[in-house]
Amino acid sequence: MNKTSSKQLLGVAIFLIAIFIGVPLAISLTGRWDFYFTLTSVALLAIASAGVWLTFYIGRINIGQGAFALIGAYVSAILVVKGGISFWISLPAAGIFAAIVAVIIGLPILRLRGVYFAMITLVLTQVVTLTALALPITNGAKGISSIPLPSGVSLFGIPIIPEFAAMENTKLAFYYTACILMVVTYAALYRLVNSRLGHLCRSMQQNEELASSIGVNIAHIRIVIFAISSFFGGIGGAMFGSIAQSVYPSSFQVADSVNFMLNCFLGGLGYVFGPMLGTLVLYFGWDLLFELGKYQLLIYSIILIAVIRFLPNGLLSLRIGKGGQS
Amino acid sequence: MSTLLQVKNVTKKYGGLIANNDISFDVSQNEILSVIGPNGAGKSTLFKMISSFVPTTSGEVLYRGERISNLKPHIVARKGIVRTFQETTIFKSMTVRESVVVAQHLRATASLAGYFWGSSAAKKDVVAFGNYADELLEFLGMSAISNELASNLPQGNLRALGIAIGLATDPKVLLLDEPFAGMNHDETMQMVDLVRLVRDERGVTVLLVEHDMPAVMNISDRIVVLNFGEKIAEGTPSQIQNNEKVIEAYLGSADDEIGM
Repeated sequence: MNKTSSKQLLGVAIFLIAIFIGVPLAISLTGRWDFYFTLTSVALLAIASAGVWLTFYIGRINIGQGAFALIGAYVSAILVVKGGISFWISLPAAGIFAAIVAVIIGLPILRLRGVYFAMITLVLTQVVTLTALALPITNGAKGISSIPLPSGVSLFGIPIIPEFAAMENTKLAFYYTACILMVVTYAALYRLVNSRLGHLCRSMQQNEELASSIGVNIAHIRIVIFAISSFFGGIGGAMFGSIAQSVYPSSFQVADSVNFMLNCFLGGLGYVFGPMLGTLVLYFGWDLLFELGKYQLLIYSIILIAVIRFLPNGLLSLRIGKGGQS
Repeated sequence: MSTLLQVKNVTKKYGGLIANNDISFDVSQNEILSVIGPNGAGKSTLFKMISSFVPTTSGEVLYRGERISNLKPHIVARKGIVRTFQETTIFKSMTVRESVVVAQHLRATASLAGYFWGSSAAKKDVVAFGNYADELLEFLGMSAISNELASNLPQGNLRALGIAIGLATDPKVLLLDEPFAGMNHDETMQMVDLVRLVRDERGVTVLLVEHDMPAVMNISDRIVVLNFGEKIAEGTPSQIQNNEKVIEAYLGSADDEIGM
């Protein structure tokens, strides 16, 4: 659509410097190493939330991203542990597998609109959890544990990605990996939304009848979008499994699916970078309210309701934080 | 003039209710044909069957001899038969120009992936779409409102926007759904001129469903009259005005409505 302005570029540059240099610097100065895990989680959850945001973009409320994250986590874990395959191959494989499952599930359910689609997706997470409990390959309730850390990758003898297990600071390595994945995801999402596919999605979101009257194959685009969305979910989940070095049927639950959706609401459905901000605020917001003890959930919920009530277009509609994200 | 569109024995039943019964007529190339009838005569249903938005119960609609009924709407649109909607069916949060640009997607030469990566074909498309949108909006006299958000437009402009979106797809047949509804006399006459212009300058065959009798008499080459789901008459405006069955169908409600 619009040409990228120099202001936007500056914003993106500041953002990249902040996450790749600023954060590690601040952490080493303050000694709060535990923040690495928190921020890595935020980055990965933001990837999965980006997928949910994309299904919002075609006018569908998706409360099932936890299902695809769990599928991704299991696929990666099984490939690494039982197949002995490198994690770096299992990562895209997890995304692709999640996308294939999305196509199969999406074919019948994507015809549904509004609350009906939302209800079906809400059930999906539970279905995948139960499937993981029942299947022999997923090890039932015991899950898959002691997943080895990502191995190194070298091309023509030149090491590209070092062996994680041999590293002094795996937290930092995971943090960087998650941030790179997140940046790539959001760059792709931004590009997609501003390309023709994004325009067609917008036309479908605003009026499916009119969209089909101008020749848009809405059924096809819905499937493509749902597959991409689930691909993001699978990638996020696989990475999570690798960091935790374990996957259980309860690794992603219905509550996680709901959170993925809330991240999008909170950040703003109209903004590509909304889910990223939403994930950060939601994740930290919860932790910050920890001091409140038993009132934590109450206050947290009230704040959420207030935000959705008074900022229906999400936090980014405030535009206080200049992250160059527009 | 050659026959472009054929409606052959089309019937639509909703349970026991017969919305259209055995309707047949032909539409010639470059013609403006109106379907009229009292409320509940089955005009809208017929319209939706021609654009494949609802399936027929029996019978078929042919375009250049090829069946276009009971397909998906987007496939019919791709063949060049494009419908417009009444004013509420728009892309609310797009500007006029954005709507017209997105409606040109059938003309795209680059693939969706090409657009994502920014291939040269995609870049050409983007420029071509923008130029054509400007050209089309100028043709329709809408240049002044091209950057207005659709949701901010008054009713008359929305109708024109609907036609602009339809035209942007480069249709062979344009199906207009009550293009004059809710308009005053001046607006109606402007719209009549616009529809004529579309036919004359763009070579688009127009099929419209309408209530407004004076406008229909003014604009149509031929008229098909429906009553209670049956076709009761077909002919030129003067033939229709003198047709006894038509007068009977409209009698009681308002004689003068048929434009005499």
